[in-house]
Amino acid sequence: MRFAVRNIGRFLLLMLLVSLVTFTLVSAAPIDPLQVNVGQAALMQMSDEKRAQLAAFWGADRPMYERYVEWLGAALQGDLGMSLRYNRPVVQVLAERAANTLALMAVAWVLSGVIGFALGVLAGVRKGSWIDRLVRGYCFVLAASPTFWIGLVFLVVFAVNLGWFPIGFSSPIGALSTEVSFVDALHHMALPALTLSLVGVANIALHTREKTVEVMESPYVRYALARGEGMGSIVRRHVLRNVSLPFTTLQFAQIAEIFGGSVLVEEVFSYPGLGQAAVTAGLGGDVALLVGIALFSAALVFGGNLVANLIYGVIDPRMRKEVLHG
Amino acid sequence: MAERAALLSAPRRTFVPDRARTLVLCIAFAGALGAIVVAGMMVEPVAMTSDLAQKNLPPSWAHPFGTDQLGRDMLCRTLAGLSLSIVVGLVAAVASALIAVVLGAVAALGGRRADDAVSLLIDLMMGIPHIVLLLLISFALGKGFWGVTIGVALTHWPNLARVMRAEMLQCKQAPYVEAARKLGVGAVRIAWHHMVPYILPQLVVGLVLLFPHAILHEAAITFLGFGLSPEQPAIGIILSESMAYLSSGMWWLAILPGVALVVVVMAFDAVGHGLRRLVDPAHAQD
Repeated sequence: MRFAVRNIGRFLLLMLLVSLVTFTLVSAAPIDPLQVNVGQAALMQMSDEKRAQLAAFWGADRPMYERYVEWLGAALQGDLGMSLRYNRPVVQVLAERAANTLALMAVAWVLSGVIGFALGVLAGVRKGSWIDRLVRGYCFVLAASPTFWIGLVFLVVFAVNLGWFPIGFSSPIGALSTEVSFVDALHHMALPALTLSLVGVANIALHTREKTVEVMESPYVRYALARGEGMGSIVRRHVLRNVSLPFTTLQFAQIAEIFGGSVLVEEVFSYPGLGQAAVTAGLGGDVALLVGIALFSAALVFGGNLVANLIYGVIDPRMRKEVLHG
Repeated sequence: MAERAALLSAPRRTFVPDRARTLVLCIAFAGALGAIVVAGMMVEPVAMTSDLAQKNLPPSWAHPFGTDQLGRDMLCRTLAGLSLSIVVGLVAAVASALIAVVLGAVAALGGRRADDAVSLLIDLMMGIPHIVLLLLISFALGKGFWGVTIGVALTHWPNLARVMRAEMLQCKQAPYVEAARKLGVGAVRIAWHHMVPYILPQLVVGLVLLFPHAILHEAAITFLGFGLSPEQPAIGIILSESMAYLSSGMWWLAILPGVALVVVVMAFDAVGHGLRRLVDPAHAQD
């Protein structure tokens, strides 16, 4: 009970701070929302009266704290305001885009976890072998490569030269949303999801390897070897169990990185998700939408950490007491 | 048979001592990075000149990285871009490390309240994905060189701040600091003679290992259109411009500058890890 109350309190505080920070930052920007959204030419032709009217309509003429308090009041009732850029309620834009982004992120998250874990354990068990060197080399190169560049390389190789995958978007160009089949959607998601999954592999594989090496050098594994226990059984009984805990932490902590990566990947593949909306909103000074996206991403990260904390209790009986009653 | 066994169990002979080799490698990589900065600044005028007779050429001996849609030499543009990226990374990483030291010190030495405040700040920074926060800060500052540099500086300190806090707490509780305090040594003297030598190695290594992140994030944010301005020859700009030409088969616009960036980032990483092996006994065997 105390655990739940404390976490809800922390969550609300986090949301409040994130919205305040985002609001302040966007309001501080030396960018005139009128000029960006109407266009220089159209703005010149408008009468002063019309301009003032538009500014009042978008709330560009009032101080920041006044708008923030007003926004906060509405937000508490579930209304996150109107998006300037999309001219629709922010909640609607978020809901529509979040479905695309979450599907992309989920595939990438699972893939990177599974691949990273497998490579890490493999390299750790065979420390010093060619497999270990291969995995480590691969991870170091991967960690040094910018996500969006990997996306570009994939585009050049798989979409342009080999023609296996479409170049962008989440559905065939010109097709109505009702006509898009599940297979089409998967086909369009494959390349972005693959790119995004590479983001996490390096980190997870290297840490898993480190932990696996530690376990393999422990007295209990040495004893098991001396007893004549086979490698498969040692991995199953000792390595996997001990590595699963740090792996859980990493896997849930990488949600933040994968979200960050999705912003870049969506931009490369013109994939209509939250990341692309964030870039559009940012370039257009769309405060309400930016705040909405920042809140969404912060909530996602918070949720990930919370789930990780709960899972510790399931995996490790020693921590059950601490987490639930601490 | 006996001879053979003896040979197999003999220790591997290294002609150059390991630490000396690491040091030489570090210096060599650092020198190479310095050379890139200088070369990039020198070729910047060339990188900006366009020659429409020479446009869209694939890589050749005259233009190893090819030329772009305006006939600019891509090797020169890449070098200029890398040099700019390294400068942004350098300024941002140093500023970020300073923030980390100050906040780490406040948290470790400033009492419970200060500690709580700093840890709330760290949680807040870690709670929003880096890219989103970076995008917001750079946007708020009007983009450009300072927008992206300050943005990177303000987002990359939390991890190092945590390390610094832990180190200072440990040093504060060390017996020799206790003893010095009991002997009546002043706070400034303790800080200078005990604290600074204790945290300096960690700080330097942490700082160098910040560069790769700083450079990658600078490129990413520039790529998204929130960083350096389009006239500047930045890697992010080069790559985002290349997107329009990729489908017509001009692969060299994206692939080669990206490879160059990866090589630079890996060089920084190698310097950082080498330094860590030299100054930190716990990692000496990595």
